[in-house]
Amino acid sequence: MSTDKKLGTKIIHFGGEIDKTTGASSVPIYQASTFHHFSLDNPPEFDYSRSGNPTRQALEDYITLLEGGARGFAFASGMAAISSAFFLLSSGDHVICTEDVYGGTYRLLTAILTRMNIETTFVDMTDPEKVKAALKPNTKAVFLETPSNPTLKITDVSAICAWAKENGLLTMLDNSFMTPYHQRPIEQGVDIVLHSATKFLSGHSDVLAGLAVVANDSLGRRMKQIQNGLGNVLGPQDSWLLMRGMKTLKVRMEGSEQNARRLAEWLDSHPAVGAVYYPGLPNHPGREIHEKQSSGYGAVVSFDVNGGERARKLLSEVKIPLVAVSLGAVESILSYPAMMSHAAMSREVRLERGITDGLVRYSVGLEDIEDIIADLDAALSHLLG
Amino acid sequence: MNIESRLAQIGSVSEPTTGAVSFPVYQSTAFRHPRLGESTGFDYARTKSPTRSVLEDAIADLESGDAGFACSSGMAALQTVFTLFSQGDHLIVSLDLYGGTYRLLEQIMSRFGVSASYVDTNDVEALEEAYRPNTKAILIETPTNPLMMVTDLKLVCGWAKSKQLLSIVDNTLLTPYLQRPIELGADIVIHSASKYLGGHNDVLAGLIVTKGQELSEKMAFLHNSIGAVLGPQDSWLLMRGMKTLALRMERHEHNATTIARYLQWHPLVTDVYYPALESHPGYAIQNRQSSGNTGIFSFKVTDARLVEPILRHVKLIAFAESLGGVESLMTYPAVQTHADIPLEIREKVGVDDRLLRFSVGIEHVDDLITDLAQALELAQAEVEGDNQA
Repeated sequence: MSTDKKLGTKIIHFGGEIDKTTGASSVPIYQASTFHHFSLDNPPEFDYSRSGNPTRQALEDYITLLEGGARGFAFASGMAAISSAFFLLSSGDHVICTEDVYGGTYRLLTAILTRMNIETTFVDMTDPEKVKAALKPNTKAVFLETPSNPTLKITDVSAICAWAKENGLLTMLDNSFMTPYHQRPIEQGVDIVLHSATKFLSGHSDVLAGLAVVANDSLGRRMKQIQNGLGNVLGPQDSWLLMRGMKTLKVRMEGSEQNARRLAEWLDSHPAVGAVYYPGLPNHPGREIHEKQSSGYGAVVSFDVNGGERARKLLSEVKIPLVAVSLGAVESILSYPAMMSHAAMSREVRLERGITDGLVRYSVGLEDIEDIIADLDAALSHLLG
Repeated sequence: MNIESRLAQIGSVSEPTTGAVSFPVYQSTAFRHPRLGESTGFDYARTKSPTRSVLEDAIADLESGDAGFACSSGMAALQTVFTLFSQGDHLIVSLDLYGGTYRLLEQIMSRFGVSASYVDTNDVEALEEAYRPNTKAILIETPTNPLMMVTDLKLVCGWAKSKQLLSIVDNTLLTPYLQRPIELGADIVIHSASKYLGGHNDVLAGLIVTKGQELSEKMAFLHNSIGAVLGPQDSWLLMRGMKTLALRMERHEHNATTIARYLQWHPLVTDVYYPALESHPGYAIQNRQSSGNTGIFSFKVTDARLVEPILRHVKLIAFAESLGGVESLMTYPAVQTHADIPLEIREKVGVDDRLLRFSVGIEHVDDLITDLAQALELAQAEVEGDNQA
């Protein structure tokens, strides 16, 4: 596939849409764990599935194409992808991480990597000056998430990356919320793009997967060593399912975003709702920067219903969304960060980051928006009593 | 209940909704909460997933442990266990070691300040010598791969306990059908389940079993946090493989023993490494702590030049990495599985360029011997031809 085609076309014609041997319209699922060597002197392209598997390879090439990177890697989960990126570091290294980071990444940094003597400073990345102020002689990497989870704060990716490059720092960005359909961080200067592909990329709440794409070949070689060494790879069935999901990325991202924009606007004027966090709202402080670096606003809307009791009531009254962790699916999912995705943070740390007891996160699905609003309206009316 | 019955029944009585005797594949990643603060026991598939849970409970039961954890590969299982350790910790590890484990320790864990000493784990004097105040664990492979060195688990796990070290045993080659290290004193058992447990060279998977509540809770935390978990389809395929483990292991052992005895007297073979042979130094220990032998063994040919033509001439036996499948595979450890181990360590152990590893499948043993005999004969003719030319 030539790289000059529009993304919507590349999503369908990514190179793996036709099996070379049989012409099948879908890459086969290679369950094989090992591959025959036809001769000792000519090792085959694939020898052992941990090191390389044809189905997984098709997926890895697919995400590389969409993100515009040099090489891609598929992992057993988003956390397996993120932990692999951090395994590029060594004892004594320091990381600057966005303070509004996914709870699982926070847990990895504060409960596991600290024991390996990898130190992290969490900063408010909406202010590049705060990032610069966190620099230490042993700083090796900057971890970004934009829009962040769950308060959808915006980081200026090219500004941070330019500064990081001057200081010889590796930049990593969790692109799960936007997907390459809306945001391609490597074009902004990011070295490693990470995905919980469980979310919008697969889009159906039926695959647990992680992806990483690196910007250059030398990082590609290092990442390959980590992936093969740790063995936290994605299985062939899940690789196949993920590719199947990715084929509808464009229509899903557009459909769910359209719903999310309507919902955010409606919530913004609802009397039972306090703050609404969505980069597509005119009053969102990061909107301008977000529009500079992304082509869409995504489908996650967080809002505050003022207090834990009211949040609890809302969650028990809604009928359409699944009350569950996770996001990014065809079905709407409503979650409660304080007790779910960000439960790994202490209440104190959580409140500091604006993850209040009344904050809920709505991952808007592809249901009809009239039904979504009517359902939420009925549930919210109980809060007004 | 006997282990054969427990194996055959994995997951068959676990599905209460429909009574399906094969447990369903739950692809779902998210699970609806009945209400806030309440859970069905499943929240997010990385943390716990129904199909994976049945597998995890089964391996914990088979290995006589308290908790099981399924990972995306054997190396992922090992990596998850290694994250128990912190900067400054030291491990004692089997000298004759799988290349991937060596690579993980030397290329990755070493950067996090975790160091390792490689010793013959059956030599308590060598263990005492390797022991340091910051030693935290011993990792044992028995029999080892590829040289089939046997470690007395009761003795060495007892020694580890006396030093307050964790004992970790890689039980890939024997499986719980033949050996249960936790019953002999181990704290953690790991598996590359891609091998005998899966048994068909069609699933990449790793398993961890822990003994004790505190250790099990720690491992659950790490398993969830690092996220190197096994997918539902592969969990299901692995259970499907495990149901026939007993039958397969019986046949693997029968075939391997027959072929090892044949090669022992073959003029082109100098050594056969297989603990089922009375001449093997670990024979007595192996008999005491295991109820049988694995299906792989290694052997050395008289001349390294024979290796390439042997691998070219085998027809039934595939030349491929990995082991433990129903089909026979032959591997050349020096260039394949153990290529990442430095030459000096490899030579110290005996993994040289005359060594071949044979994972004997469940084909008819006569066909395997015929295939091997013709490949050896043709290889000899080629090498002799070279000598004359």
